[in-house]
Amino acid sequence: MTVKQLSVFIENRRGRLGEVLKVLKDNNVNILSMSLADTTEYGLLRLIVNNPEHGRDVLLDAGFSSMLTEVLIIKVPHVAGSLQRILTLIAENEIDIEYMYGLSVETTDASIVVKTNALDLACKVLKSSHIDTMTPEEIASL
Amino acid sequence: MIWSKQETLSREEMESLQLERLKETVFRVYEKVAPYRRKMDEAGIRPEDIKSLADLKKLPFVTKQDLRDNYPFGLFAVPKDELLRIHASSGTTGKPTVVGYTKGDMDVWTECVSRIACAGGAKPTDVAQICFGYGMFTGALGLHYGLENIGATIVPSSTGNSEKQLMYMKDFETSLLVATPSYALRLAEVARELGIDPKTDLKVKIGLVGSELLTDAMRDEMHKYWGEDMLITSNYGMSELMGPGVSGECEHLCGMHINEDFFIPEIINPETGEVLPEGEWGELVITCIKKEALPLIRYRTRDITRLHYEPCACGRTTCRMENLSGRSDDMLKIRGVNVFPSQIEEVVLSVEGLGPHYEIVVERDGYSDKLTIRVELANATDSFKELEAIEKNIKNKLRVVLGLDAKIKLESPNTLARFEGKAKRVRDLRKG
Repeated sequence: MTVKQLSVFIENRRGRLGEVLKVLKDNNVNILSMSLADTTEYGLLRLIVNNPEHGRDVLLDAGFSSMLTEVLIIKVPHVAGSLQRILTLIAENEIDIEYMYGLSVETTDASIVVKTNALDLACKVLKSSHIDTMTPEEIASL
Repeated sequence: MIWSKQETLSREEMESLQLERLKETVFRVYEKVAPYRRKMDEAGIRPEDIKSLADLKKLPFVTKQDLRDNYPFGLFAVPKDELLRIHASSGTTGKPTVVGYTKGDMDVWTECVSRIACAGGAKPTDVAQICFGYGMFTGALGLHYGLENIGATIVPSSTGNSEKQLMYMKDFETSLLVATPSYALRLAEVARELGIDPKTDLKVKIGLVGSELLTDAMRDEMHKYWGEDMLITSNYGMSELMGPGVSGECEHLCGMHINEDFFIPEIINPETGEVLPEGEWGELVITCIKKEALPLIRYRTRDITRLHYEPCACGRTTCRMENLSGRSDDMLKIRGVNVFPSQIEEVVLSVEGLGPHYEIVVERDGYSDKLTIRVELANATDSFKELEAIEKNIKNKLRVVLGLDAKIKLESPNTLARFEGKAKRVRDLRKG
């Protein structure tokens, strides 16, 4: 099962990140996890939020370049080696990870957000190995 | 539709008319305009020395500085009482340049604009919305009277309040738009924000654009938003010469037809002042041969173009000037390379994934110049690969066109300034 991530282009300019966050705050969009990758001139802000469609719409209205991207949120048990096991499985199936970051919510499992070049295949592989992914409903209820 | 038979004269007929009017103008200017008489005396030229059109090149040039030095009415050839109208340029640097019109000048102006409007497809049945600023600027009133003269319905909406402009456009079924190319694009952008698709929800089929360069890339961009079937022509003029109406494109889009019975064009080398042969690029110099109030002789326009004299497929025989490649005033010298902003515009508009707005920033960096191009992303992305590809693409193209390396700054949509009049897309931060 994939979920929708909110991706936002931001220029490296003082206060710019704060402007994005203010739009989300003013529109009651809650951030569950984020990653910010940057070059010297600009960055891409990637967010898991409780209401991604709404988040994208309000950011577009505010003039930000934003879009939704399908990603996987994989549950990782708090046991040494579980992340390694998942990544090995993905690599063995010739799937490339484009980026990943952690999702911290207070449950017994940790989670990672993963963008791959072959989402459907990744879903299938994970499912057949009994590795859980989070659903949009689960995210919305966090 | 060809408005006047003067647009189809044979070369001999045109040249004999031009010579007759040139001689008359030179005599009158020598007698009435003291500063120009002094120039002619210094150059050792008498009005009777002008015996053929080839003698034109013996006459001294007039520049914008001459207009400033003789502010406000020093170059006028008629007493102030005879003026019906005064216009002035914006005068961003120093005093504005002031121009005046007699009754006869107003009639000629209206005639000239009617011709270029018809060349651009205007008809008596058109509803023409004029989105140029009304006021001291010649653009709006020039187009206004010229279009009214052919029988079009005028909507003098001026600039500003784009939402209201679009409401008029929709409700009055505007079929002809007068605007700068950048404002036409801005209007399309606002239209889409309001949920109006100019292609299907509006009836605008003719665009008469001016007061700013129209590059082919800008025209393509306009077609994208306003529809492929819109006839978009550029026209040319400047207040010193009259305002709009000096020249304009016809439906064949092969250069702007000059109203040669009123204006004699020449192309010169801007550095030496030497007249260049037909077909060569250089600075456009215009002599007004039927103006009463302000008959400028050999006025240096600072605009870079070239001329073609073969008759056009549209039936007009008048000389055509190519769309400007830039203004010699606008030319930037960056690391010793001559750069016209229009060259950068062509590149920006040719790159996938970017919006049509841009800004050129030139700075001093130690002993060298630093060129930065700010552009807006057209589509959202989640991929650095895509962003890098856009940057690389525009950088490579700029290197090929200019021979220069530029820094590219990608920005969010709607970050860069929008313009309703002439766009100001260059910031030169170098001192001296």
